Amino acid sequence: MSEKFRLDKGGLINRNKKISFKFNGKKYSGYEGDTLASALIANGVHLVGRSFKYHRPRGFFGAGVDEPYAIVQMNRNNEVDPNVRATEQELFEGLEAKSVNCWPNVDFDIGAINNFLGKFFPAGFYYKTFMWPKSFWYKVYEPIIRKAAGFGAASIKHDKERYEHKYEYCDLLITGSGPSGLASAYAAAKNGAKVILAEDKSRFGGSLLTSEVTIGNQNGKEWAEKIITELKSMPNVIVKNRSQVFGYYDHNMLVMSERVSDHLPKTEKYTPKQRLWYIRAKEVIISSGSIERPLVFGNNDTPGVMLSSAAKEYLKVYGVLVGKKPLVFTNNDSGYETAIEFKKNGIDPIVLDTRKNPNSEIIKEAKDLNINIKFSYVVVAAKGYKKVKSADIAKISDDKKKLSNIENIGCDCICVSGFWTPTIHLASQSGNKTKFKDEIDAFIPSQSKQKETTLGSANGIFTLEETLKTSFEKGSELSKQITNKENKIAVPAVVEKKSSNHDKFWCVPLPERKNYKRFLDFQNDVSVSDIQLALREGYRSIEHVKRYTTLGMATDQGRTSNLNGLQLVSDIENKVVPQVGHTTFRPPYSPVSIGAIVGREIGKHSKPTRKSPMHYWHEKNNAVFVDAGVWLRPRYYKQGNENLFEASKREAKNVRQNVGVCDVTTLGKIDIKGPDSAEFLNRVYTNAWLKLPVGKARYGVMLREDGIVMDDGTTTRISENHYHMTTTTAQAANVLSHLEYYLQLVWPELNVNVVSSTEQWAGAAIAGPKSRDVLQKLFPKLDVSNNGLPFMGYMEGNLFGVNAKIFRISFSGELAYEVNVESDNGNFMWEKIIEIGKEFNIQPYGTEALSTLRIEMGHVAGSELDGRTIPYDNSLEGLVSKKKDFIGKRSLIKAAYVSPDRQKIVGVVPLDKKTTIPEGSYIVKDAKAKLPNPKLGHVSASCWSVEYDNPFSLAIIKDGKNMIGQKLFALSPLKNKTIPVEIVSSHYVDPKGERVRS
Amino acid sequence: MLHIKCPHCGLRSQNEFSYGGDATVKRPELNKEVSDKDWDNFVYLRKSPRGKHLELWQHISGCRQWIKVERDTLTHEIFKTLKANEEV
Repeated sequence: MSEKFRLDKGGLINRNKKISFKFNGKKYSGYEGDTLASALIANGVHLVGRSFKYHRPRGFFGAGVDEPYAIVQMNRNNEVDPNVRATEQELFEGLEAKSVNCWPNVDFDIGAINNFLGKFFPAGFYYKTFMWPKSFWYKVYEPIIRKAAGFGAASIKHDKERYEHKYEYCDLLITGSGPSGLASAYAAAKNGAKVILAEDKSRFGGSLLTSEVTIGNQNGKEWAEKIITELKSMPNVIVKNRSQVFGYYDHNMLVMSERVSDHLPKTEKYTPKQRLWYIRAKEVIISSGSIERPLVFGNNDTPGVMLSSAAKEYLKVYGVLVGKKPLVFTNNDSGYETAIEFKKNGIDPIVLDTRKNPNSEIIKEAKDLNINIKFSYVVVAAKGYKKVKSADIAKISDDKKKLSNIENIGCDCICVSGFWTPTIHLASQSGNKTKFKDEIDAFIPSQSKQKETTLGSANGIFTLEETLKTSFEKGSELSKQITNKENKIAVPAVVEKKSSNHDKFWCVPLPERKNYKRFLDFQNDVSVSDIQLALREGYRSIEHVKRYTTLGMATDQGRTSNLNGLQLVSDIENKVVPQVGHTTFRPPYSPVSIGAIVGREIGKHSKPTRKSPMHYWHEKNNAVFVDAGVWLRPRYYKQGNENLFEASKREAKNVRQNVGVCDVTTLGKIDIKGPDSAEFLNRVYTNAWLKLPVGKARYGVMLREDGIVMDDGTTTRISENHYHMTTTTAQAANVLSHLEYYLQLVWPELNVNVVSSTEQWAGAAIAGPKSRDVLQKLFPKLDVSNNGLPFMGYMEGNLFGVNAKIFRISFSGELAYEVNVESDNGNFMWEKIIEIGKEFNIQPYGTEALSTLRIEMGHVAGSELDGRTIPYDNSLEGLVSKKKDFIGKRSLIKAAYVSPDRQKIVGVVPLDKKTTIPEGSYIVKDAKAKLPNPKLGHVSASCWSVEYDNPFSLAIIKDGKNMIGQKLFALSPLKNKTIPVEIVSSHYVDPKGERVRS
Repeated sequence: MLHIKCPHCGLRSQNEFSYGGDATVKRPELNKEVSDKDWDNFVYLRKSPRGKHLELWQHISGCRQWIKVERDTLTHEIFKTLKANEEV
């Protein structure tokens, strides 16, 4: 297909490089430097999508981030990308895109029936309709709404693209490279400030690319090029195109998304698709420009109706005509610039100006070019379904209330200009309380809250001369405060045409007996009548009107619709706009892909993976790993075709019968030193610590101030003023912070130092009746007999030339030792233990067997110390000192904590001795009681007891002390199980604890 | 994201710190009688002021020191940061 709407020359595209692409399966061509939108328009394609609610045909309305309609689904390098604006997507060879919101296709869309049922879809339709019958919600309404909602479909595949995050600091961040951005960046850079200049589009220059002005002795575009080239060459300046600063957060932190590779057929190696920049700026200059406002008239959403600034941009940047019979409908001078541009390219436009007899240089120029201008004229309605074919136009009375001389004239596009809206989103996000400027009928920033300054048309200044002057000044002033340097720059002379005042009129009244839809919000299909209805129904606050009608809520954030909506509400309410106020601007200014937000923190990169020094031995020996916090721990070591259950049973049994070895490197370790260490531990733990002798370990429990158990573990007195504390794997970091809190803030008088030593030690637990034999062979020179190294004893040894710490502590309930060596020697130690243990039938065991062993012994762990239990609940009351004070002690006398039927840990055995009780099951008295069945407590941990060869669980239940021997039920509604059980002691195996002392 | 001036390390981003609550709360002394009311006040009851708030942060990914930060809860303005042993 030929590009019938492409001019023979002109524009900034590269005419030497033709590009072919596909839209809705059809092949087209364009040029390098096109956007998907400009290339489609060049090919005469104006129908790109269907609207959100009524499925009306939609085309292009803007030429960049202002576009509300032309949202497409991209297919790039076998990845789909929904919600892409065709006006922002740059063309590349082989690009494929398709329309959204239509089925079966954009030309024939079944959903368009909504348009003819329009009167059944009023404002608040969903709220009104889907209320009843209630049972319809899940099965009927929700699936329909879900199918109808959204702008495209997200892929369910894993996104293979790479996204990055970058952190940057600068003196000045400048958002937008139009005249104010360029001038302020240049002045600041010359003063030696570190500057980041961000431009959303691929080309720098903003309005200078399309305006007819002279700066110094150059035209605007040349001047912009010169400045950008110089800025790029300066080492203190970062210049970024395709980069949208979308959020202004606290303490001058701004976030920018850089579309690094979206304009390329595929992402190159070692570069990301997109990059998110977190920028901390000392000063921010907001030079985000302004967006043209639409005029509102009948069927103003028909494809072919677009902003006059967009039509001009398509002409001047892309060499593309949006139509060959253009109608320009304007209430200010900007429309004339577009008309003149058409005329210069051999096209005869008709200008309809709502004003009666305006006068200015540019109007004179248009008249001199013999452009057909009709004053006091308006477009009443666009005609044509999938494309504008003609327009009903009319003369409008001086009071703008009456239409006369309605006639139909042929046209193929209507370029509208309703004056300009400053883009104040960033300023507002920073906390700037905006103010309404009557002369421009729009809000501009007022008092800065953070270090932000808004310049140029974003600040409501529409003359280039003043913009350049203030921008050079501000750039210089702000940077001078930071760098203390000043490099005077002469402000260049500016030649531009002076404008006359705009007309405050923007909404064309309906002619008699006509009920055209006049759209305010093009993306969400909100029309004038919807707002009128909402107000009739009693909505007053603009925030409520917004939510009820969805005005300004779509992905375009109401860039083209907000002010017209406010104006309408004010008119109906007989208020002025500042009384109504505007809705809150929130980040992001423009949609940001989830990939960019997540960055590299996906899959294995989402958190660090910690591995013990013995990890590779585990791997080689068929360990199946499990995530334990950030650690990878062996869950079991697979032999042959064993499953988890079989393997863990074998491993646990071997510990009970022979000896096993378990990697306990992950346990938190804290090194404690200082003369007041004993006193400190005495305050931290619930039991007594002052008399612990050197060379002895002690089990301890620590509480939070509210009496809840925080953590447990053993601490060993290595020497007079040196202790080695262990914590659970999960609580290691919290315990360290907890200790630091008390040492730094509560008892700074204590002379104690704490430091994490988790990474410094590799640990192996050797457990089982034959563990002493293994230990003796590991340390032949030591006396490790029951007298030489008694239960809770500690000694240091030499393990084949390596220093080792030996603790006689047990988690399994068996005779057991823990050997620690420096991490680098961990694997050496492990291999020695395995080698020497062979003759005693040693086997490594994983976390599953570890759990089994501790559960049947009734030792508590994380599932019981779950942040809801006090020492008593866990049968740890023997460890709570009555004599001394400690953290959390005062809370333990609370009424609920000392109530006679307080919950307590018990053992649970199924009556059939076969059915494993799911963890989390409820314990109840009567399985058939009416719901909600009163719950006595819950099952915290379950295992298969290797000692008795039947299932065994721990549970924490109300009045547990008196429940032993009772027959109750374990209910698991999740697994749909009801299991008759007997409550037994939590110490199922070796209740007297004889084995650990043997 | 807040920018917090650690009195030991200098200006750092909020993600290096963890929040520790009201810095004006004093723990009752050990081994002293404490009424139920005083203990409940200490353990549970906190004001949620709109405006100036002296609070604790720990520079957890930095020097690991607990510091005091005087911050406006409404505007997030930080007026002052102090070492653990300093008073406003």
